[in-house]
Amino acid sequence: MFTRYLFYFLCILALYSAVMVLLSRKPIHSVLYLTLAFFAIAGHYVLLNAQFLAVVHVIVYAGAIMVLFLFTVMLLNLNREERSQKAGWIKAAAMVTGGLLMLVLTGVFRGYDIAVVKNPVLTQIGLVKDLGKILFSDYLVPFELTSVLFLTAMVGAVLLGKKEQI
Amino acid sequence: MTETLTIIPISSYLAFCSALFAIGVVGVLIKRNALVILMSIELMINSVNLLLAAFATYMNDPAGQVFVFFIMVVAAAEVAIGLAIIVLIFRTTHSIDIDVLNKLKW
Repeated sequence: MFTRYLFYFLCILALYSAVMVLLSRKPIHSVLYLTLAFFAIAGHYVLLNAQFLAVVHVIVYAGAIMVLFLFTVMLLNLNREERSQKAGWIKAAAMVTGGLLMLVLTGVFRGYDIAVVKNPVLTQIGLVKDLGKILFSDYLVPFELTSVLFLTAMVGAVLLGKKEQI
Repeated sequence: MTETLTIIPISSYLAFCSALFAIGVVGVLIKRNALVILMSIELMINSVNLLLAAFATYMNDPAGQVFVFFIMVVAAAEVAIGLAIIVLIFRTTHSIDIDVLNKLKW
């Protein structure tokens, strides 16, 4: 029962902060609400007993990506309160589109269930020990390729951020 | 301990992640600030990621969680490049309003 209450609490927290990301006028408030949403999603990972993913999520998203967003907002002085939303009819159309998408997705997935559900507490696949063994045996090559991807991204970001022409 | 923990049905996760994804789509459509649009895209990536992790856990398949990890890595690289491009755009046009940045539209 406790798990269920926790699940609903995290759902409401995540959805509330996601809506507030859109409703905030200032970009910095959006960033802070998005951080709250990411922490709620990290709580969902803990609830799924995916501890490795929860820790990686907090480190990568709340630790790295949100700091990057905050730096960009503060460095560029973008925190001006301006008309940050589109015209009324576009907003209404976007709301209808989002609602219809939500309706279609829930309609498609309604009544779907996995035949044999494993209890997340008993499976233990999300622990660092088991996931690390798989990551460094079956998925070693993709794991090494991600380091090349990061190097490429870093070189690209530095090159884009350079002031003078190349 | 394990007896007291009830299993949440996968349909709850499906409904929650669909709602989060729809909010992200609405954010991309209604916002004019390129930074907030990038945040909405992050929200969509996270909803799909969470659903993948939920299915991987319920089907007892560690490969799904490994892929969630890889998606997070790619998302981090994407955000770094995207923010660098936004800074570059701001430096040249002094605006990140997407209604101003319509040079590539026609």
